Amino acid sequence: MSAILQSSLSVWRSAPISARVGMLVIAAWIFAGLFANVLAPYGETEVIGSVWAEWSAATPLGTDQLGRDLLTRILYGARNTIFIALLTTCLSFFVGISSGFMAAVLGGWTDQLLSRVVDILLSIPILIFSLMLLSVLGTSIPVLIMVLALLDSTRVFRLSRSVAMDIVVMDYVEVARLRGEKIWWIMGREVLPNAFAPLIAEFGLRFCFVFLLISALSFLGLGLQPPTADWGSMVRENAGAISFGILTPLIPALAIASLTIGVNLVVDWMLHKTSGLRDEV
Amino acid sequence: MKSENSNAAANSAPLLDMRGVRIEGYGEAGWKTIVEPIDVRLHRGEVLGLIGESGAGKSTLGLAAMGYSRGGCRISAGEIFFDGLDLRTASEQHLRDLRGARIAYVAQSAAASFNPAWRLLDQFVEAPTLHGIANAKDASQDAVRLYDEMNLPDPENIGYRYPHQVSGGQLQRAMIAMAMSCGPDLIIFDEPTTALDVTTQIQVLIAIRKAIAAANAAAIYVTHDLAVVAQMADRIMVLRDGRLVEEGEARALLAAPKQDYTTRLLNVRTERKQAQVTSRKDSIILRAQGVSARYGKGVQVLEDVSVDVARGETVAVVGESGSGKSTLARVITGLLPPFEGQVFFVDEELPGSYEARSKQDLRQLQMIYQMPDVALNPRQRVAEILGRPLAFYLGMAASERRERIAELLSQVELPENYAARFPYELSGGEKQRVCIARALAAQPRLIICDEVTSALDQLVSEDILKLLNRLQATLGLSYLFITHDLATVKAVADQIVVMLHGRVVEQGEKEAMLRPPHHEYTDLLLSSVPEMDPDWLDRVVATRTASGKEVGNEG
Repeated sequence: MSAILQSSLSVWRSAPISARVGMLVIAAWIFAGLFANVLAPYGETEVIGSVWAEWSAATPLGTDQLGRDLLTRILYGARNTIFIALLTTCLSFFVGISSGFMAAVLGGWTDQLLSRVVDILLSIPILIFSLMLLSVLGTSIPVLIMVLALLDSTRVFRLSRSVAMDIVVMDYVEVARLRGEKIWWIMGREVLPNAFAPLIAEFGLRFCFVFLLISALSFLGLGLQPPTADWGSMVRENAGAISFGILTPLIPALAIASLTIGVNLVVDWMLHKTSGLRDEV
Repeated sequence: MKSENSNAAANSAPLLDMRGVRIEGYGEAGWKTIVEPIDVRLHRGEVLGLIGESGAGKSTLGLAAMGYSRGGCRISAGEIFFDGLDLRTASEQHLRDLRGARIAYVAQSAAASFNPAWRLLDQFVEAPTLHGIANAKDASQDAVRLYDEMNLPDPENIGYRYPHQVSGGQLQRAMIAMAMSCGPDLIIFDEPTTALDVTTQIQVLIAIRKAIAAANAAAIYVTHDLAVVAQMADRIMVLRDGRLVEEGEARALLAAPKQDYTTRLLNVRTERKQAQVTSRKDSIILRAQGVSARYGKGVQVLEDVSVDVARGETVAVVGESGSGKSTLARVITGLLPPFEGQVFFVDEELPGSYEARSKQDLRQLQMIYQMPDVALNPRQRVAEILGRPLAFYLGMAASERRERIAELLSQVELPENYAARFPYELSGGEKQRVCIARALAAQPRLIICDEVTSALDQLVSEDILKLLNRLQATLGLSYLFITHDLATVKAVADQIVVMLHGRVVEQGEKEAMLRPPHHEYTDLLLSSVPEMDPDWLDRVVATRTASGKEVGNEG
């Protein structure tokens, strides 16, 4: 435990200001999401007052279009949105990286087959495609995650394939092949560690895109279903308030922006660090 | 133009006068001196050789003569006078007018320096027209004259080709012609022949000599090869780690070096192995028989090649680039299944593709590569790199592995604590030692060495060759040594195989092969290796002209 603490402390010390800010923002949202049920003053779907109430001691950020406490909704929204976006991105990276690396390492027919399938999937706009799939398969959370991960993995496939293409021609990969290593070992031990820098950067970006896509789908009624709190749908549901000069819809929007920026600050730093390591090689 | 002119020139004011020039490079610890304050003086008609190993600062100093420093470097002290003008204080516009027009630069890799999308002539014409020296038409005529002077084939039309349509040696000569386009007073040659085959190198060296003489220019010749600089320079400066080791007239310096480091550079390439004369018949462990190979369906790169390697001996495969020697290695390792013919390992036929070979077959045949930088995974520590073959082939447990890794490191003369290092924490020579240790870890019977020393400095590569010879003596290994460098062949080989255009031209025992009479091509290869003797190039030109061979043209 103390070792973990110590290493995270040294990471903190080596990080520049921008990355520290990013880490703080991410940590704060994760904390908020994890302990939403403790931190939130009311229940997730509890109606406690009038529509779009002013900020007060009882409702620090006012209420939403149904009279639910906005702070509570933001905290629960953090839990739902981050959890689903993170899971989707991880799954999409797992699928995208393994198929992309496989295409690069095996080449030939495997590469052709995988690449053409991905081309077909890429030729259909992701929003329309996901709308179609979701309306066929229904809108439960597991289905949402699977569909988005699969569609998003096509983008990851493209990147990881092209990154791996540059790596598989290296002599050290040839050494591994000639040693008789299996494809999983080559993918995991020879290619992956050297492809990390661009993939990490892409992870941050993809996470934000998935996050925004979920919001967009929620807006269209096929994302997270009400009354589940979700930042994207909160912006949409409260959008009408803006014409009355009420700030309510800007607050979930701010939450989305802060997390997106926070993730990108950290990713930038990691990219800089890993690519800096590369220059020395 | 050598030496005769330099005495007369010494009396007049120098063309280039660098005084106390210090150059710094930016690193993690801020600005660090990479070239200590140094004086360089150069007169018209004189050729100065800058020699040293990588990191000596010779290229940096060569560029500083143009008042230029690479990104991340700066000239922090001293004065650089070119024809009376201080380049350090001159305006950017003024410098731009000088560079390319009065000071020209010839880079190491012509292939990387030409724009592949433009014809040679278009690129030639650019400098004279830009500097307002000639219009496009005159410059084109000039190009034909210079191409002819550089002995390029078909000078009238070669300018209409794209860079990929001419050979490496021709491209290098086209670049020299380009440097001459504005009639420069000072030409800086930065390792112009390092990437070339020996036979091509001769043609480029002759072209460079001609160019300097014709322009009556001064030149700085930067190289790591003392034998090459001996042919070119009137005066030599030996650099090491950014410091001047020794400076002197070329002949005097070569005849009687004052510093120990210069002596070591002079004596490089003198390693010789006493060739073994054993009865090879019963102990053949690798036999490639009638191997032909082609890439895709088209180009035939190997034709009916047969090579034997006996136990405990070194077979050197020699040839220029494109001779198919590396392809032979790919066929033997199974990376490129042969189109015809077989590969036998200890009397058993090996499957054509490595994928079909057994673990034991793979283990017994290891390979060491040309570029240690890309042969080691940058994200793995040395312990991991060496430990994997131990676990994979020999199934060693962790503690056993640790012991064996220490043993392997000491076999390749590296300290034990290197096990914890990453490749980027090692020098080029140390990386190659790790590659050797990785090959040894598999306990092979045969190691294929593919140009293992050509990416290393000469002193370092000499040590690597000695190490390989020693390992062979103690472990009874066989080597198949692929190289273009005949000095390496002399240092390691028992048997020599000479290849040209995918065929074996001649093969046999080393001593017999090095004794005349040779096959015509072997003779060309042998006579093209530069010697320390400053008169070597003149002699080669003389003998070749006498025997009626066109020296300047490519065969």
